[in-house]
Amino acid sequence: MKVPTSFTNIPISPSVDKVGVEERVARFQSRSIKNESKRQGLDLVLSMIDLTTLEGKDTPGKVKQMCYKAHHLHDSYPNLPTVAAVCVFPSMVKTAKTALLGTSVKVASVSTAFPSGQSTRAVKLADTKFAVDEGADEIDMVISRGKFLAGEYNFVFDEIAAIKEACGKARLKVILETGELCTLDSVRKASDIAIYAGADFIKTSTGKIQPAATMQVTYTMLMAIKDYYDTTGIMIGMKPAGGISTSKLALHNLVMVKEILGNNWLNNDWFRFGASSLANDVLMQIMKLETGVYQSSDYFTID
Amino acid sequence: MAKNTTKKQAPSWDYSPSLESTSHITILPRYELFINNEWVKPTSKKYFKTTNPATEEVLSEIAWANDKDVDLAVKAARKAYQDVWSKTTPKERSKYIYRIARLMQEQARELSVIETLDAGKPIREARDIDVPLACNHFFYYAGWADKLEYAFPNQPMEALGVAGQIIPWNFPLLMAAWKIAPALAAGNTVVLKPAETTSLTALKLAEIIKASGLPPGVVNIVTGHGDTGAAIVNHPDINKIAFTGSTNVGKIIQRAIAGTGKKATLELGGKSANIIFDDAPIDQAVEGIINGIFFNQGHVCCAGSRLFVQENIAELVIRKLKHRMDSLYLGNPLDKNTDIGAINSKEQLTTIEKYIKIGIAEGAEIYQSACELPSKGYYCRPTIFINVAQSSTISQEEIFGPVLSIQTFRTVDEVIQKANNSPYGLAAGVWTDKGSRIFNLTTKLRAGVIWANTYNKFDPTSPFGGYKESGFGREGGLHGLGAYLKMKV
Repeated sequence: MKVPTSFTNIPISPSVDKVGVEERVARFQSRSIKNESKRQGLDLVLSMIDLTTLEGKDTPGKVKQMCYKAHHLHDSYPNLPTVAAVCVFPSMVKTAKTALLGTSVKVASVSTAFPSGQSTRAVKLADTKFAVDEGADEIDMVISRGKFLAGEYNFVFDEIAAIKEACGKARLKVILETGELCTLDSVRKASDIAIYAGADFIKTSTGKIQPAATMQVTYTMLMAIKDYYDTTGIMIGMKPAGGISTSKLALHNLVMVKEILGNNWLNNDWFRFGASSLANDVLMQIMKLETGVYQSSDYFTID
Repeated sequence: MAKNTTKKQAPSWDYSPSLESTSHITILPRYELFINNEWVKPTSKKYFKTTNPATEEVLSEIAWANDKDVDLAVKAARKAYQDVWSKTTPKERSKYIYRIARLMQEQARELSVIETLDAGKPIREARDIDVPLACNHFFYYAGWADKLEYAFPNQPMEALGVAGQIIPWNFPLLMAAWKIAPALAAGNTVVLKPAETTSLTALKLAEIIKASGLPPGVVNIVTGHGDTGAAIVNHPDINKIAFTGSTNVGKIIQRAIAGTGKKATLELGGKSANIIFDDAPIDQAVEGIINGIFFNQGHVCCAGSRLFVQENIAELVIRKLKHRMDSLYLGNPLDKNTDIGAINSKEQLTTIEKYIKIGIAEGAEIYQSACELPSKGYYCRPTIFINVAQSSTISQEEIFGPVLSIQTFRTVDEVIQKANNSPYGLAAGVWTDKGSRIFNLTTKLRAGVIWANTYNKFDPTSPFGGYKESGFGREGGLHGLGAYLKMKV
């Protein structure tokens, strides 16, 4: 097993050429997913969604409704999977946990002064411990982008390692907020820091900053996961979040995961979509495949 | 849940077949020669079959032109040049070329499917690269046709006359466009011979040319084998030979036209170096290696068939390259997800297999993609050879297939020397994060095209051509236009 040590003993991140990445991504996007593979793919996508609400105006009522939707995606059509998890603020973890009792849907909580991460280590640790104590199965932390951009990589590394420790049994997703890192070189470096510092998952974005989970960014992060796996044999999960609202884009993400990491990653233990509106588009596509016609969006619930 | 303890059984999610439809295309059972905008039966009375290399099924029968047929075509071209085309205003010429481009775009789907059927290349490439690029060549040269005085300021230019053009089977329609578009823009008339295994899209182009209303005789297309090509080369009333193909045939052509006053451009073989430095963006470089050697099954004259990897990253690059090779889809070229299609002909497959045997016999370490081969058709697995020496046959001779030979190097000077140490000099690729190193190499590598941090990129505005045994003359861009003009005296 890996032992998080310090930033200084992790391998140097390779440089990333943006033009080359765009070209590679275009190849993934030219894959044609039809018939049976489309149907299977859409089921996979549903099962990988982290249904998310992260707003200042979130209430217990809103969260409960979303939790119901999480395991009743479209009851008029049987045998659909549930989503993987719901993702809420720490204050809503208990509500969500209660609402999801007896289901396989997990509760993920953002923490560490989400979304900016602009607070002290103590506050971030307390934030994390609170969410874990409330019952969160997964913690979605944000990295300190300010420190990263100031070149204080040791700080970022140590902070992730400290939060990982505070997570206990909860799985840790590390949000890089790639929209603020700006270059793919930085995305790669931040991915490597997060992975070596103890992330179980790396995640693109908070959903509060644009651009969020572009395929270029997700590709770069998947390559970091691939390199780490090739070196250590340890699997790391990936979660693109924000901006994936259509089935087509979601399927192209699966294509990327399949061709880079392989089928072992194609389940919700290792790949997630952070999204709020994706589920209904996928449901709409599934119903189109089953019935041959598109149904109005009013036939799909919006919890 | 602790990391690494839950490995769910991997679902075997894979792509269902996604075949491009062939219902919208028309292939006639027999094609005649295209002379004077008419379909003319060959005086030879002979026809040859063209087949789909992916299924070995016959697609059509094609007229086999002999000396007399070629003479008829050249006479038509000469008459059209003297009576019509040289008197057509540049602006009018431009309109015709533009119209051909538009008609090709309208029929892009049909053209790409036929190209795929006849040549074996994946529909993705025919659809996204060959056909759009062919259209763009016509668009680009349509723009120059009425601006020749600006293209060559203070150098009054005029057309050469009749151009004889002989093209290869690797990019059938695209090569026809490379040849015809600049020739017409410069005011020449044309006799073009497509390769015998891939005549169909050139004949489709003939239909388009006829529909465009281009005056009869301006473009004539004569189909046939090598003897037809020889008849063009040896015809006394041709002013220029433009040839793309093998170095051997190029040499024969040069001997044949010596002393005749015919101008020539020859675009011949290659054994291009793709050079990866240790500071390169590794994953993009690996993709560049893949595009460099496996694009169009390696049937690319400028294929990056000699890979030079800096020794300290060789292990990493080769590991990544193998992994990427295993994710390539080989199979039915009509499937939209196919990355590697069929080898163009049985003869070519035999040649490639011969070189693979030589590579093994020479002691190089072989690795081939894990994919299965279809039971019918001519297919070859993507293949790499590791631990190859500069003096190995497979790093000296052009294979023209999906076979890569990999050598390592230590220093910049060493790799420049080795890259240049080849009878060919068509293209090269340089992968490094260091801008100054790129400029250092691009000035020292003797190759017509050098790509930095990319490979196999083509554009109508960019000249293309080789050094040494890779030929001479340039196609594309202003250089390509100049190759069909002479100074007025």
